[in-house]
Amino acid sequence: MLEISQLQASVEEKNILKGLSLNVKPGEVHAIMGPNGAGKSTLGYVLSGKEGYEVDSGSVTFNDKDLLDMEPEERAREGLFLAFQYPTEIPGVSNLEFMKAAVDAKRKANGEEELSSADFLKKAKAACAQVNLPLAFLKRGVNEGFSGGEKKRNEIMQMLLLEPKVCILDESDSGLDIDALKVVADGVNSQRNSDRSFIVVTHYQRLLDYIKPDFVHVLSDGKIVKSGDASLAHELEAEGYAWLETYSEDGAA
Amino acid sequence: MNPWLENALEQAVSKVEQQSDALSNIRAASLAQLQQTPWPTRKTEAWKYTSLKPLESATLRAAEAGESSAVDPIAGLNSLDILVVDGRLVTNVADLTVPQGMTISTANDNTASWVEEAFGRAKPKQHVFGLVNDIFADDVIVIDVAENAVVETPVRIVHQANSGFEGHSRVLVRLGKNAKATVIEEYAALQADTKSFTTGFAEYFIAEDAHLEHYRFELQTGEALSSGGCHFALSTKAELNSTFVGLGSDMSRTDLDILHQGEFADAKLNAIYLINGEEQFDLHSTIEHEVPNCTSLENVRGIAGGQGKATFNGRIHIHRDAQKTLAELNNRNLLLTDTAQINTKPELEIYADDVRCAHGATVAELDQDALYYLMSRGVSKDKALVMLNFGFINALVDEMPNEALSEWLRPILQKRFAEMGE
Repeated sequence: MLEISQLQASVEEKNILKGLSLNVKPGEVHAIMGPNGAGKSTLGYVLSGKEGYEVDSGSVTFNDKDLLDMEPEERAREGLFLAFQYPTEIPGVSNLEFMKAAVDAKRKANGEEELSSADFLKKAKAACAQVNLPLAFLKRGVNEGFSGGEKKRNEIMQMLLLEPKVCILDESDSGLDIDALKVVADGVNSQRNSDRSFIVVTHYQRLLDYIKPDFVHVLSDGKIVKSGDASLAHELEAEGYAWLETYSEDGAA
Repeated sequence: MNPWLENALEQAVSKVEQQSDALSNIRAASLAQLQQTPWPTRKTEAWKYTSLKPLESATLRAAEAGESSAVDPIAGLNSLDILVVDGRLVTNVADLTVPQGMTISTANDNTASWVEEAFGRAKPKQHVFGLVNDIFADDVIVIDVAENAVVETPVRIVHQANSGFEGHSRVLVRLGKNAKATVIEEYAALQADTKSFTTGFAEYFIAEDAHLEHYRFELQTGEALSSGGCHFALSTKAELNSTFVGLGSDMSRTDLDILHQGEFADAKLNAIYLINGEEQFDLHSTIEHEVPNCTSLENVRGIAGGQGKATFNGRIHIHRDAQKTLAELNNRNLLLTDTAQINTKPELEIYADDVRCAHGATVAELDQDALYYLMSRGVSKDKALVMLNFGFINALVDEMPNEALSEWLRPILQKRFAEMGE
């Protein structure tokens, strides 16, 4: 479904991703863990097509198409979704209007008709209810004045509406208390099925107690240096990331 | 002298001679001043960007009485509506069922001494069309809110203009101590290619601890010429929350004045303008901080498209005694075309030394993060730009305290904005 091969990318001419490879098959949940500065957020931005994130070499194939050749909006319509670590506040653009435009754009790209306002509102209300977000948030400006937890839940709400094929969760657990964390995890788990894949990017193992990964990868200095199953996350939690330095010197990956 | 002014002065002389009501002395004084006031030209600083040419050669007539017509209700607003057509009051205010604590009358019927004392007191004296309005506004609407009265029902004054007419309307509002009220001044949109001229001035006197929620919507466009303004005098701890919306026309000029006359008064003014085609628009705001400890927060946002030309002049005057003043003025502008033009000028005069005063006038820059965020969800770049550009204005619509009014206004501005993109 998503094949990342030897991806090298830089920001402001600084090399961040240094040959990252990852193969995500339908229905799989991959966790990417690693210390600060390893390139975890960069991976999400590069995949979603953020300006300023330059791909130097390597390839990314999504649904047998060249992902890197697409505009950000095309990637989204193709089914890629990035839940941001720091969602942007956009006063004056209502959450509802925004999501209607996004869902309509996706439906149109798939040859489907736009939803009526009433039908869309029904779906949006259901999505809000699922992530425990008051309905009034639909009318408010996108993320405007939302608390950290509300922003994260708003991201998941958008994910529920867009029904993507691959979801990248960029530190969706950061800054959340345990109740908010459960809401986010429940939202994700409700979307797990044999066609939909997740890449869960996180610094801590905590989120993975609630979203059980099939694979855990350790990202260090722009490369995946170790892969394993869910037990690897627990090892990392116990040992920290200090061992990575010696590991890298051994010339792994 | 131009034909319009020549005719106006002639009419004014005969009008003042014939009148003998409570306001006739004021009108005579305004006429004397008008006769000495030079007609504004491009060399007059306050009128530098506003051409009066469309008016100078206009042949318009005054209405004897306003033609009765319907007022479109605003869903969910439940307002008390007053209709003014071509400057003449159509609604019989004596027949209105007015909320408790409020009285609505005309200056002709209301002989209370405060009316005569207040008339013209908040309005700047030098304004040529203010003087014209003093003389020609026959139906002065007087709204009086008693001490401690909390009036939930908004009063909505709808002005309509017909082709070939000029109209002069005047509103005088007084809020007693601790009173609360909402007034909406609406200058309704009219069909295209109808030439008219409107002067619409309103004066508000807000007593101690009183709270006024105010809106002025100038929705007329095209050949509807206008010059008017709102003038607010705030007493101690008085509060004003005002929203202004203006679309341009061949000639459109508005003056908003806020006078802080009592300590700890607080004023918030949000203003929006959307100018298109070959329209022009000129907004002058003045905030006079005469006494200490008052606050004023002004947010002005405008978009110009086509060959539209907008002007914003924001003056803040902090007098010598007005220590501990907090004044902010923020003007942001967006040009949709290379041929559109926006002139913005903040004017700060600060004579007190212990104040906080911030101002900024900028051309709005596109928020790249916001653009990426919208696109990352599948919204096309073009659509995202429209959403962000409209959002720039809509953020102030969202801030309007009355939700029914924002729901009503939003599609009107959306339609206007969509036309600007064509």
